[in-house]
Amino acid sequence: MPSLSHVIEVFFDTYDIFLKGMLLTLQVTAVSIFIAIFIGLLFAFLKISGIKILEWIANAYIYLVRGTPLIVQIFIFYFGMTNLNMSAFWAVALGLAFHNGAYIAEIFRGTIQSIDKGQMEAGRSLGMSRNLTMRRVILPQAFRRALPPLGNQFIIGLKDSSLAAFIGMYELFNVATTKGANDFDNMTYLLIVAVYYLFLVYLISALVGLLEKKLSVSD
Amino acid sequence: MDGRDMINVKKLNKSFGDLHVLKDVDMTVKESDVVCLIGASGSGKSTLLRCLNFLEIKDDGQIIIEGEEINANTHDLNEVRQKIGMVFQHFNLFPHKNVIENIIEAPVHVKGVSKDQAIKEARELLVKVGLADKENVYPSRLSGGQKQRVAIARALAMKPDIMLFDEPTSALDPELVGEVLATMKELAEEGMTMVVVTHEMGFAREVADWVVYMHGGRIIEVGHPDEIFDKPKEERTREFLSKTF
Repeated sequence: MPSLSHVIEVFFDTYDIFLKGMLLTLQVTAVSIFIAIFIGLLFAFLKISGIKILEWIANAYIYLVRGTPLIVQIFIFYFGMTNLNMSAFWAVALGLAFHNGAYIAEIFRGTIQSIDKGQMEAGRSLGMSRNLTMRRVILPQAFRRALPPLGNQFIIGLKDSSLAAFIGMYELFNVATTKGANDFDNMTYLLIVAVYYLFLVYLISALVGLLEKKLSVSD
Repeated sequence: MDGRDMINVKKLNKSFGDLHVLKDVDMTVKESDVVCLIGASGSGKSTLLRCLNFLEIKDDGQIIIEGEEINANTHDLNEVRQKIGMVFQHFNLFPHKNVIENIIEAPVHVKGVSKDQAIKEARELLVKVGLADKENVYPSRLSGGQKQRVAIARALAMKPDIMLFDEPTSALDPELVGEVLATMKELAEEGMTMVVVTHEMGFAREVADWVVYMHGGRIIEVGHPDEIFDKPKEERTREFLSKTF
């Protein structure tokens, strides 16, 4: 084990390169989550559409994503779809979005269906269309209920972005393993990168917590 | 009263799967009438009410609203429902919106009323239901009786011609029933056309122009409250009332 003072020393010596890696980790995570939320909403709607073929498509998508490892999905985007000539960044961003979209779809489907059906009836009885009631009445409540599990999914997405190291993207984890190998000091860099991940996870939890608090004024 | 016909129901039939809930129901409601639907649970009275604003779609028969026969596939039900307010047993207020936001939601987003105008009208309605001081409060902070009065104001904000009440006091603590019934009575006195599914026989006797007794999906007896409550013609009505009082 490296001594604590050694780890701290290396931490301050290497923060510039780690910060660059962290920025890349954050970017790829943010882009993937942004896309995943839209994918999730789309497939949640397909699943509750009541139209057999659309439900089947949504179920097939979720089955595929849940049934295969994320690293396989990322490799398919990067090495498999060579004709798309995707950069490592976009292969990871889309791979993660495709992956998390399925889980987020299940989160949204669950919370939309958990809203009392009297809410839809109240909207309809006032002359509001199904879509308008969905948008103005159901979704805001469903989104609020979805926040805690969504926060979890964001954290999973952040940590999963470390798989980008395997297609050569120089994000946090790749910085740590590369430096560790060069300096024959793996443990020090792994401990340091763990601290960066802990900080980022803390940041996401805090942001989601803040949003939850803001949306709970009606309680 | 001898106003124009607001609702005509002819040979209405409705089933849920194998369960035949409404059987050849005929009913007429004239302008400014207050009609109370009474009967045991499962008699079809709530389903009848819900058919009137097409929350349930009839299987068979006619529903004529203000002279026009309405069908789910030929009419824009969103437009029809704007003329027919509904108050639910469990209030169904929008919990993420405060009182005034609940009331202005449909006028602003369905009718396109300006927000300022909608707020002005909503405040007048809140005065009317006695909740002028609650406009910025969220539903979770209101008592059941207050919630139901907000729900009434929300329905009235669309300026409906007809108001439907589906057991509006059944979910309330006994001491809160009175304030809701008082609001409804006031509305009746202003000439609102009302169809009320209720177990409040006192209210039916005092406020209703007509009382309709339903049993097993059929209308068994229709009469003035005095006739129904004091000298019912039908044995089944008598039986029901003797169990209620």
